[in-house]
Amino acid sequence: MMEWPILSFLLWLPIMGGFGVLIVGDRYGARQAALLVATLSFLISLPLYFVYDSAAGTMQFTETFRWIDALGVHVNYDLGVDGVSIALILLNTFMTLLVLVAAWDSVKERIAQYMAAFLIMEGLVNGVFMARDALLFYVFFEGMLIPLFLILGVWGGAQRIHATIKYFIYTFAGSVFLLVSLVYLYTQTEQGSFFLPDLYALTNLSESAQLLIFLSFLVAFGVKVPLWPLHTWLPEAYAQAPTGGSVMLAAISVKVGGYAFYRLALPIVPEAAHDWALLVVILSLVAIVYMSLIALVQTNLKKLIAYSSVAHMGFVTLGLFLVFKLQGLAFADAAVSGSVLAVQGAMVQMISHGFVAGGLFLAVGMLAERLQSTEISAYSGITSRMPVFAAFFMLFAMANVGLPGTSGFVGEFFVILASAKAHFWVASIAATILILGAAYTLWAVKRVLFGEVNSSELNQLQDINRREFVILGVLGLAILVLGWWPEPLIRLMEGSIREWMMMVSPSDLMPAMKGNS
Amino acid sequence: MGLMLLLIVLAPLFASILVGVFGHKLGKVRSHYLTTGSVALAFLLSLWVFKVVALDGTIINENIYVWAEVDSIKMQFGFLIDNLSVLMMLVVTFVSLMVHIYTIGYMHEDPGYTRFFSYISLFTFAMLLLVMSNNFLQLFFGWELVGLVSYLLIGFWYTKETAAHASMKAFIVNRVGDFGFILGIAVILIYANSLDYIQVFDRLEVSVVGGKGDLPLDPVTQALGLSHQDLIALLLFIGAMGKSAQVPLHVWLPDSMEGPTPISALIHAATMVTAGIFLVARVSPIYEQSDIVLNFILVIGATTAFFMGLIAIVQTDIKRVVAYSTLSQLGYMTVALGASAYSAAIFHLMTHAFFKALLFLAAGSVIVAMHHEQDMRKMGGLRRHLPITYWTAVIGALALCGIPVFSGFFSKDVIIEAVHHSSLSASGYAYFMVLLGVLVTAFYTFRMIFMVFHGDERMDDQTLLHLKESPKVITIPLILLAIPTVLAGFLIGPLVMGDFFSQVLLPAHNVGEGMRDVTTIMVAERHPALALVREGYHGVLSFIGHGLLSLPFWLALAGIALAWWVYIKDDSVADKAYDTFPWLYRLLDNKYYADSFNQKFFAKGAVYLGTSLWSFVDRLLIDGLIVNGLGRVTAWSAGWARRVQTGYLYHYAFAMVLGLALMLGWILLALRSV
Repeated sequence: MMEWPILSFLLWLPIMGGFGVLIVGDRYGARQAALLVATLSFLISLPLYFVYDSAAGTMQFTETFRWIDALGVHVNYDLGVDGVSIALILLNTFMTLLVLVAAWDSVKERIAQYMAAFLIMEGLVNGVFMARDALLFYVFFEGMLIPLFLILGVWGGAQRIHATIKYFIYTFAGSVFLLVSLVYLYTQTEQGSFFLPDLYALTNLSESAQLLIFLSFLVAFGVKVPLWPLHTWLPEAYAQAPTGGSVMLAAISVKVGGYAFYRLALPIVPEAAHDWALLVVILSLVAIVYMSLIALVQTNLKKLIAYSSVAHMGFVTLGLFLVFKLQGLAFADAAVSGSVLAVQGAMVQMISHGFVAGGLFLAVGMLAERLQSTEISAYSGITSRMPVFAAFFMLFAMANVGLPGTSGFVGEFFVILASAKAHFWVASIAATILILGAAYTLWAVKRVLFGEVNSSELNQLQDINRREFVILGVLGLAILVLGWWPEPLIRLMEGSIREWMMMVSPSDLMPAMKGNS
Repeated sequence: MGLMLLLIVLAPLFASILVGVFGHKLGKVRSHYLTTGSVALAFLLSLWVFKVVALDGTIINENIYVWAEVDSIKMQFGFLIDNLSVLMMLVVTFVSLMVHIYTIGYMHEDPGYTRFFSYISLFTFAMLLLVMSNNFLQLFFGWELVGLVSYLLIGFWYTKETAAHASMKAFIVNRVGDFGFILGIAVILIYANSLDYIQVFDRLEVSVVGGKGDLPLDPVTQALGLSHQDLIALLLFIGAMGKSAQVPLHVWLPDSMEGPTPISALIHAATMVTAGIFLVARVSPIYEQSDIVLNFILVIGATTAFFMGLIAIVQTDIKRVVAYSTLSQLGYMTVALGASAYSAAIFHLMTHAFFKALLFLAAGSVIVAMHHEQDMRKMGGLRRHLPITYWTAVIGALALCGIPVFSGFFSKDVIIEAVHHSSLSASGYAYFMVLLGVLVTAFYTFRMIFMVFHGDERMDDQTLLHLKESPKVITIPLILLAIPTVLAGFLIGPLVMGDFFSQVLLPAHNVGEGMRDVTTIMVAERHPALALVREGYHGVLSFIGHGLLSLPFWLALAGIALAWWVYIKDDSVADKAYDTFPWLYRLLDNKYYADSFNQKFFAKGAVYLGTSLWSFVDRLLIDGLIVNGLGRVTAWSAGWARRVQTGYLYHYAFAMVLGLALMLGWILLALRSV
């Protein structure tokens, strides 16, 4: 274990850096400064992967000290990461770096503030992924919305205000419930604690309390992911956000929802989650089919990717909640129930979706920068004018389709395999993504990339420049590497997921049940 | 050995990447040398592997790397090289090599020259990955990647609307098959906890004498009245139906002709479309457990073989004739699978790869000579101008019709015989269909030959003036393919009648007492069709002699004679036939309305559903009623605040903070008492 408070660095460096950039302002190399901060953050996050003892799968790099201790309320500054957190932190630092590079020339106004917002958000999101104290988690969970709202509201499209307010209403409604639940949980611990392991260990929750807490988690995190029918903020927010905002929403912000299910909802109230798993499984399946069908008829590229995004996130919640449908089930070999497979699938899907949705949004951003439109009908025959761009777009599209050899395949494959163990029909419905995903993605590809160049604006399109090539190239490489060799990512998370499984498994349920009676 | 196998697979991949990325810098010549060279290398090394595996009798089963190890399930990449896979390797690399050479001539004026070479080398890589795999994961990788390359190549001329549409259609229809395939893999994993072929065979207890090991049935298979082997076999076959274009998932293949001709030969005739056939043969031990699925396969295959052949009769586009012929021939292979004559299916796969690639490339040669005219009504009399193309095409046609000594005769005859001897309940229907199919095949094949190469020269004067035989890079592959088209049939002895495919993958003594060996191709004793054919086999010559006296041969002759009568002797017959049966013509010309049904029902249906969900559920119900409704209620309850503050955000925020406080208090109170 390192003595160095690496997690605090990852938390505060981007935040401080962000404020620093804000103070420096537009004139004095704000972009360079922001890039430096983002690069440093990324570099600091890398050792996590190498130093973390993934076989143990425990919380590591932990840091603790008293934060608030007044009026009888104790909140600790408790940080720690497991394999899943590390994967997400790496995704966050990586994507932030890319987004800042992507904004280099394309954001024309208030560049320093733009960059600062992303840096601050990076730090806060890192905080979400490393908080081991529920209230600390809540602070980051809500705090990250502030830069996000600003990004959306200041640099967004024509209807940005409406989109921002809608997003705000949704998330705020969710967080109200979340805070209530956390406070209640605090009161139930022996000495009053927000420390997550203390909350996991709670055995005296009544059935109705568990249910209410679970439902409030479901709403709070379901908005983020988003679960059907809490999703209608998303297409508008994605479509109205500036490119970087869409990328961070799709790649990072929705992952916070998935992660919150993993870190809070399931381990704190496993019994209620167990009882209500079927509901979430059904909602996830609805998301997969319903969102895909809606994606099919979108006329705006960003909205299409947005709906597709929700459909793909359905695999995350599906994988997570399948756990409860798989426990104790084993056909050929008692050692394998498929539940680790399901969670691995959900987690790999989160990482992969970050690359794929991020890549698609960045690519669409590059188009929009050239033609000031994200309508599909504005484009035709792009391949003739932008062959390199077309090749990348095709790669991202195929990853979105879940083609083997791309990262998009891995998570969905695992979840489909695992869901077949739970129930064949669940797998059948989930697997429709193979057909529907191909239909909406390739139809869009056909309309945008293929066909004749039919206007003078299209005729003047320039292929991507070196900076854009690097951005898309790095993402493309990540997609391919993860597709052909997911093993390193899986090894990183396997131990942690097995540890986590103990917290939500039936054997752990037993004492809790006793506590009820 | 592992290194050599890797080299076979990776050489085309590296060539493809190099040419794909640096094609414009390398230039045309270096690009085609690089890719063609890599495939030639793969072919030569495959020959060496053939020597080691087939002649020395070693089976190679090696894992290369762990792709993922999750939940104690090891998913790996690796190679299983036995006689089945090495035969496929030879067919794939040989045809691919021919097509690479041919492409140098065929595409030399195309602006996408290097891109095309990059794609076909990538295809070779993916196809090799597929056939050399030792597990279902890698199989699926190869399966999807060949699909990707097929998609890219059908849409190669992407500015053409029809090409763009055909490529999308091909991918999506294939995905319907893959839907079954991936579920099949999932069910395999449930029962076997492994994706490795041999472990799967072991754990599915295919070696139990008499079949049907007693693994637990889960609720689904019970509800459907199927055993788990039935379910697995059915789901995997749905995948095969997509890739091998069996009814009703055949609709993509005719449209795939939008792609350049060389890939029609390589991908949509010789190799990729046979992947489904290969898949079923590869996992024959599973299929042998499921009579119900074998019956299903017989019906699907026979239907495809006959009814798709019929459509070929009314086609006027030379490539589409060959495409429907491919559908029909894939039907024959499928029928062979259904009759448990897997080796006959693979044998026909091989001979078909040669003669159909030959026919496609010959058609391409005609198309080049005709300045990219594909309508046969504008051709005629070409045999005087394109002698090499003509003679090679005739050889291909005779093989396709199953005229003795040409390779197609052996492979098709043995399939028909096997179906004849099959004891499955669907075999009667299948036998009838494949017999009739012979007549149809001969008719449409020679209709094409006569329309293109014989009779009057119907093209315009300009074209006629410039007609000349294609260059050597085009005719040499034709000649090289004509050789196995004539000779490959003589391999029937070892391949089908012998024990070429009986290599032992999993010795019985490793499994347990009273078990059978698991072999490359495994046939249960209750499916004696091919065994009965073998009993009556006394060498190649007697097989030919027997063939000359049997029904299929005479049906083929009748078909050729009929074509001669209609298209050479008396061209009013066709018109009369049309006047008598206009509905039949319309039915065939519209391809049984399958396309319009799919378009109207599935495509329009999905769009309609999407639009309705979007406008009614998303916008009206969720947004309109609930979200905005909540917003209004909040705004209303915060009505008094309106005078104090302006701006929506403040309203909502204020109301929510208030609500939060109330709710917090209420819940805390409510829960304290619990």
